[in-house]
Amino acid sequence: MNTMLAGIRTRDLRKVYSSPPPRAAGGGFAARRKSKKQPAREIVALDGLSLDVQPGEIFGLLGPNGAGKSTTVGILTTRVRPTGGQAWIGDYDVWGQQVEVKRLIGVVGQRPNLDFTLTAREILLFHGAYFGIDSQTRSTRAAELLDRFKLTDRADQLARGFSGGMMQRLSIARAMMHDPQVLFLDEPSAGLDPQTRLLLWEILREYNQSGKTILLTTHNMEEADALCQRLAIIDHGRNIALGTPAELKASVPGGFLLRLRFGRHSPELFERLNLLAGVREVRADGDGDNKADVYADRGGPLVSEIANLAAGCAVELSDVHISEPSLENLFLHHTGRSLRE
Amino acid sequence: MNWKTFFALLSRDAHVARRNFITLVLQTFLQPMMFVFIFGRVMVSSGYMPAIYKSLLLPGIMAISMIFTGVWAVAMPLVSEFQFTHEIEDRLLAPIENSWLAIEKVFFGAAQAVVAGLAVIPAAWLLLRPVELNLTAPAMFIAITILVALLSACGGLALGCSIDQTKIGLMFSLVLTPMIFFGCTYYPWNALANFPILQKIVLVNPLVYASEGLRGSLVPQFPHLPIIAVLLGLLVFDVLFLLLGLRQFRKKAVG
Repeated sequence: MNTMLAGIRTRDLRKVYSSPPPRAAGGGFAARRKSKKQPAREIVALDGLSLDVQPGEIFGLLGPNGAGKSTTVGILTTRVRPTGGQAWIGDYDVWGQQVEVKRLIGVVGQRPNLDFTLTAREILLFHGAYFGIDSQTRSTRAAELLDRFKLTDRADQLARGFSGGMMQRLSIARAMMHDPQVLFLDEPSAGLDPQTRLLLWEILREYNQSGKTILLTTHNMEEADALCQRLAIIDHGRNIALGTPAELKASVPGGFLLRLRFGRHSPELFERLNLLAGVREVRADGDGDNKADVYADRGGPLVSEIANLAAGCAVELSDVHISEPSLENLFLHHTGRSLRE
Repeated sequence: MNWKTFFALLSRDAHVARRNFITLVLQTFLQPMMFVFIFGRVMVSSGYMPAIYKSLLLPGIMAISMIFTGVWAVAMPLVSEFQFTHEIEDRLLAPIENSWLAIEKVFFGAAQAVVAGLAVIPAAWLLLRPVELNLTAPAMFIAITILVALLSACGGLALGCSIDQTKIGLMFSLVLTPMIFFGCTYYPWNALANFPILQKIVLVNPLVYASEGLRGSLVPQFPHLPIIAVLLGLLVFDVLFLLLGLRQFRKKAVG
């Protein structure tokens, strides 16, 4: 087994699909045309993405559906051919040295792709055999993983009959079977119950502690916050922010976000909001301009002041939503869109 | 080349084949045996067909079984695994060039076709006996059997990586069925002498070389295409389908 510490690098990675993206990339893109001259069906999935993931790091790619996360994972795992740019796992060029790269990586796809004619144990054993692991080590390791992922009592049943959560656990166990230096997980906790999600996080942290690099994609803020040492927020195939979760959160002006809705639009009120103590930025939001996003360094205490201001301008404050410093706010700040939209 | 991985891939396919053994046997033998029974026993014993037809029929049945087995063994898993279950993805991530996975499929499909072909002979013999088999050149028979097996598996690779999941039925009715009927399986090629244009056209059907070749090496007393034409035809189609299949496979494997 390979003990070389391996990081991940990409330079100006581009991917343009001329038809809907294949499943290897996860599918589901927000269609974007590059220019009017190009055929209508061209979809830019990655638009010059550069990343540097250090060996031994847990790195998160955060972004909404269609941001290019799965395409990035697809390219880094040899399953998607880049249109431009380069990518390396350790010292190996992903497109030029595929076999060497495949030896270093373990991959958990977005949807289950288990071998349905095999039992859970056989899936792990054959996977180990593909990587040339001897049969003794294979059996021991398979048994350990089945136990770790709480699949021992179903180990000798066909994976076909497993629930979604069990398939997901088995997929992750399989990706770890050959002890890869770099582990890719595309939305690993989708479909897992909260308890299993915590188990998965624990297993991933443990795996990382042995020096392994982990790259995961998620649109779950909590997961990114809890697990990742660094994050890249990507949108429309571009890297729009990079840093530790704490750094990223600190980069949002004030940290708190108050989303306000008023009875009507009033420019005067917006100006006055800007002058309130602790308010860093006021943005008109949405249709009709009767909504405002207020970035501030405090939350609740501002509400009564805002209500008073509004009353002073004869505007009704009809809705308030306060969010504490979070990556979600950061995403919203950079893209003008909520992650959940 | 990473042989450990290659053999692990083979042993996975063998494991799955063992698990599906009964279905596999029925799939391979049911249709040819029914055909042998009706045309070789019923029609012959009732006097509608001469007894000599039995010996003529056997190589054709062997060719059909081999082609059907090889195509099925390679094409069907590829169609469903690439388009529906995605089971193949784990093997595409195995540390071996993607093309070797395709070659492994061809190798395994061809092995299955050889087993099917060799098992059909005694089974048909039991139903048809007596049959006059004249295996005068066993080496030639082995060579032709291997080329026919490769033809079926390479054809399966090309078909399995080109055809849409929703068009599998069409593949059978538009590709395999006409191939079988115009493949000189139930009659020798020279029986088409009265249809000179058709006789030329069927030469683009690779199955013609398979059944004529097996006929030439199992029952050479019947008219058949010259062995050199058979070998050339089989080789050309083997290489053609392999190259086409590999190209399609690589396209499917990478997005």
